[in-house]
Amino acid sequence: MIDVLVALSMLIGALFMLLAAIGLLRMPDLPMRMHATTKAGALGSGLIMIAVALHFSSSEVTARVIAIIGFIMLTAPVAAHVIGRAGYFVGVPLWHKILQDDLKGKYDATTHTLRSPDIDSQDIEQPPRDH
Amino acid sequence: MIDIITALSFAILSIALVITFVRLVRGPSLPDRVVALELMASLTVGFIGVHAVSSERFSFLDVAMVLALTAFLAAVGFARYLEKGGLRSDD
Repeated sequence: MIDVLVALSMLIGALFMLLAAIGLLRMPDLPMRMHATTKAGALGSGLIMIAVALHFSSSEVTARVIAIIGFIMLTAPVAAHVIGRAGYFVGVPLWHKILQDDLKGKYDATTHTLRSPDIDSQDIEQPPRDH
Repeated sequence: MIDIITALSFAILSIALVITFVRLVRGPSLPDRVVALELMASLTVGFIGVHAVSSERFSFLDVAMVLALTAFLAAVGFARYLEKGGLRSDD
């Protein structure tokens, strides 16, 4: 019974990591590639670690696995955020079919300050909210 | 049964590593390569987990923990280096 759970968890984890790699290869620009790798990669390594914990089923292994999974879940979003921010600042081009870039014109890339010109001048009408 | 499963997982992870390496070589920009390196570290953590099961030695999990830590630090360091470098084009 435990063997079946180990096998399922390990195989699904490995397949998710393969999916992350395929997404990294096939997606057209940097944010989409990070969208593929961050989530699928963290889930895949987490599932493999769960398989390890189920296979050994001892408290010391489980403690280490919980530490590893917690660390992956804590650091993966932070690392993705930092890389995505750096990628946006250094001017990595977005995909040519991207329709909207909300930060464009509002973020000063040299001083790294966010300003919204709509707030200072009251006479500018608000953009339509509905999409 | 567990031998077959670990062998299959090793094969799948190896394919994923090769695909990631293709993206690492092709780029086209430096942040893409950093993302590929990040995924490679994550794949290596998976490799170590599968190897710990196949060799019945759980001490390898310490290596996985340290590797996950180091990969995070490397990603943050790379991003900081990129951001402080200012605007650039390395196509």
